Amino acid sequence: MNTLLDCHKACRVRVVKLNAPTALKQRLISFGIMKNATIEVLEHTPAKSTIEIKVGKMRVALRGEEAKMIEVEKI
Amino acid sequence: MNQEEDVKSCPVIANHIKVALVGQPNVGKSMLINSVSNAHLHVGNFSGVTVDKKEVLFDYDNYHFTVVDLPGTYAFTDYTIEERVTHDYLCAEQYDIIINVVDSTNLEKNLQLTAELLTMSKKVIIALNMTDEAEKEGIEIDAEYMSELIGVPCIKVSAVAKTGIDELIKAVLKKHTSSKNKPKLVFSEPVEEEIARLVWYLDKHKYKANNSYRNIAINLLKNNKKTYEKLHKNPIWTELQPILIEASKHIELHHDSDDIKEAFAEEYASFNRGIVTEVVKQKNNQAKKTLTEKIDSILIHPVFGIPIFLFFMWSLFQLTFEIGAIPMEYIDSFFGWFGDVLGSTIQNDDMRSLVVDGIIGGVGAVVLFVPNIVILFIGIALLESTGYMSRVAFLLDGFFHKFGLHGQSFIPLVTGFGCSIPAYMSARILKNDRDRLLTLFIIGFMSCGARLPVYVLFAGAFFSADMAGNVLFIIYISGAIMGLIAAKVLKLTAFKGVDEPFVMEMPKYRLPTLKLIWHTVLGETMMYLKKAGTFIAGAAMLIWFLSNYPHNLQLQTEYAQKIEQTQDIAEQAKLKNELAEHSLEQSYLGRIGKFSEPVFEPLGLDWKMSIALQAGIAAKEVVVSTLGVLYSLGADVDENSSSLADAIRANIPFASAVSFIVVIMIYLPCFAASIVFTREAGHIKYFFYLFFFTSIAAYIMAFIAYNLTKMLV
Ligand SMILES: Nc1nc2c(ncn2[C@@H]2O[C@H](COP(=O)(O)OP(=O)(O)O)[C@@H](O)[C@H]2O)c(=O)[nH]1
Ligand SMILES: [Mg+2]
Repeated sequence: MNTLLDCHKACRVRVVKLNAPTALKQRLISFGIMKNATIEVLEHTPAKSTIEIKVGKMRVALRGEEAKMIEVEKI
Repeated sequence: MNQEEDVKSCPVIANHIKVALVGQPNVGKSMLINSVSNAHLHVGNFSGVTVDKKEVLFDYDNYHFTVVDLPGTYAFTDYTIEERVTHDYLCAEQYDIIINVVDSTNLEKNLQLTAELLTMSKKVIIALNMTDEAEKEGIEIDAEYMSELIGVPCIKVSAVAKTGIDELIKAVLKKHTSSKNKPKLVFSEPVEEEIARLVWYLDKHKYKANNSYRNIAINLLKNNKKTYEKLHKNPIWTELQPILIEASKHIELHHDSDDIKEAFAEEYASFNRGIVTEVVKQKNNQAKKTLTEKIDSILIHPVFGIPIFLFFMWSLFQLTFEIGAIPMEYIDSFFGWFGDVLGSTIQNDDMRSLVVDGIIGGVGAVVLFVPNIVILFIGIALLESTGYMSRVAFLLDGFFHKFGLHGQSFIPLVTGFGCSIPAYMSARILKNDRDRLLTLFIIGFMSCGARLPVYVLFAGAFFSADMAGNVLFIIYISGAIMGLIAAKVLKLTAFKGVDEPFVMEMPKYRLPTLKLIWHTVLGETMMYLKKAGTFIAGAAMLIWFLSNYPHNLQLQTEYAQKIEQTQDIAEQAKLKNELAEHSLEQSYLGRIGKFSEPVFEPLGLDWKMSIALQAGIAAKEVVVSTLGVLYSLGADVDENSSSLADAIRANIPFASAVSFIVVIMIYLPCFAASIVFTREAGHIKYFFYLFFFTSIAAYIMAFIAYNLTKMLV
């Protein structure tokens, strides 16, 4: 299984599934991080503790733990 | 025009229109209100600037408008407190019309909230804000076509360039007088089918409700709690429930998901995609990196990001001291001259002392630091308005996380460098109550603007000018580090628990207008000056009174005799000083100071310093004004030491000064901030926790600092 955490800088992926608890899932969805959305990884801190992604035209920062809950596939 | 005359010729009591301003965070809602009215609501380039609803009143064309600025919300989920404020307001309060502000440069994401608003059966107008920015980026929106497609008026505006504002208000007026027209939000076929089935059912049973049946049906399908509760009590529920379960299954199956809310989000998203493809034209394609991404690749660079941030901080404090020191001399000599001139016109000794030593001495000591305050506030305003704030939160999240804090805690913590009160409020952007409480407890460690004068005073008194800026930087950084350690201690003991997720929007970089910075800084500075003129002046008078009374006539005559007996001028001056010192010691203030001296003695603080600290609980500016009054009265050791800094250098040992600063850094924030803290924390018990926590921490740290400095120096 591939998650967003496995992605490197500048890689583009499509969201397959969100494996997050309800509240967080809703938050992700309201940010546009939902099934079939395209995500690009822009930057991450050295240990991937925090990741900056681009979804649509919006840049979002999230932690590695959250990225792990986002199941993705390469495009 | 016609309409205007109509209104004039027919004097209805008043035409009130109440507008609720709704939109996602950071789309320019507050700025839009500012450009419509004369208000100066706080504007900044990150999500979480407005955390409480604010009402602004203004008149237009014989109409009284009340506009309610609501905290930004990404969707109708009660994720954080600020979002709950908005959701509750929209569902429960009375208002006439919603203006939904959207960011034209990111329409698709913004429409996600719009879609939810459209199902609410309220009058809605869409303000397509940031038109100026959209034009620059080559984005073209056909507002007319969009109005037609969605069924609500869409008006292009720009809060910065002030375009389209009139059209927006005219549209509000028009919508207000017209009867509701239905927004055209259509769902996919399966959902529409189920809505129709539910509507038909409600209609069959003639269910009584304020909302439209369609609205109720959608809410039911979306699992809306309030609608559920209402219908739950109704007899039709037993029949309705199975229908609803079937409907949900049908929709979930269609979306291949077990979460109905997710299914609806997808419904909205596909509706929005449809709208955007129809109305938005992107001229030049954006294959290359945007400016924001280019800047980001430097500022949040994995290696250089944090050093760059530290460099910015260091420069800020360097500038605060260096540039702040330039006008200081003039302000100081102005107050000296003003005191002399005014003093010479007053005959009565007591009155003169009250005016010159009490009021002018106290207020002057505070006003002296206005230049430093201004520079600090400019720095904070830049941090807030450029978009850098969210980047620092990004950079520091990993580090903060180790100490049990949340990356977004950075926002309230930085606000705390300006003033603790808005900082306590902005902790609302944190979702989890435990994280929020923890952040509330730590905010006080970020030295607020009112403490800056104390630091500048002491740094200037004990260090050369080129070192003082560094000393300031060290004081602030070590305050922040102590805060982090305190956070860790609290996280391990009082606020144990799981971590809150960190998902934060990174706004695009924006060059703030000079006007925006000017208004922000002016507002803060005026508040500081106003406080100096009212509250601080009052406190200085009180301190003066307590330090001058009761008069001890016996002591005075005793010294008067001694002074007469000697001819030596130096000896006379020495005796005069001795008299002043003794009088001060037996004054009310001296007695309080002596009484509490044993407590402060292990920290190396004499009674004057301990009085200044105690007075600082009222407001931190009072610390400086109290020192000003006390040292202008008692300790004018020789004629050369005119300034307060000189008096401090002459009277306070270095180790005691260090200990004094450490206490200032840690102990209880001012009275007003403590009240806000208690309100935000939600219970009075937290105030007592804060009081004991900060007092004990301040005492221990000051004790260590004092003894360490004594050993080393
Ligand atoms: N270019 C441009 N920037 C804007 C406009 N309106 C607001 N802004 C900027 O957008 C940011 C967010 O504004 P603010 O009013 O705090 O947004 P709110 O969170 O929706 O209240 C600030 O940096 C504003 O300067 C606009 O019409 N054009
Ligand atoms: Mg706002």
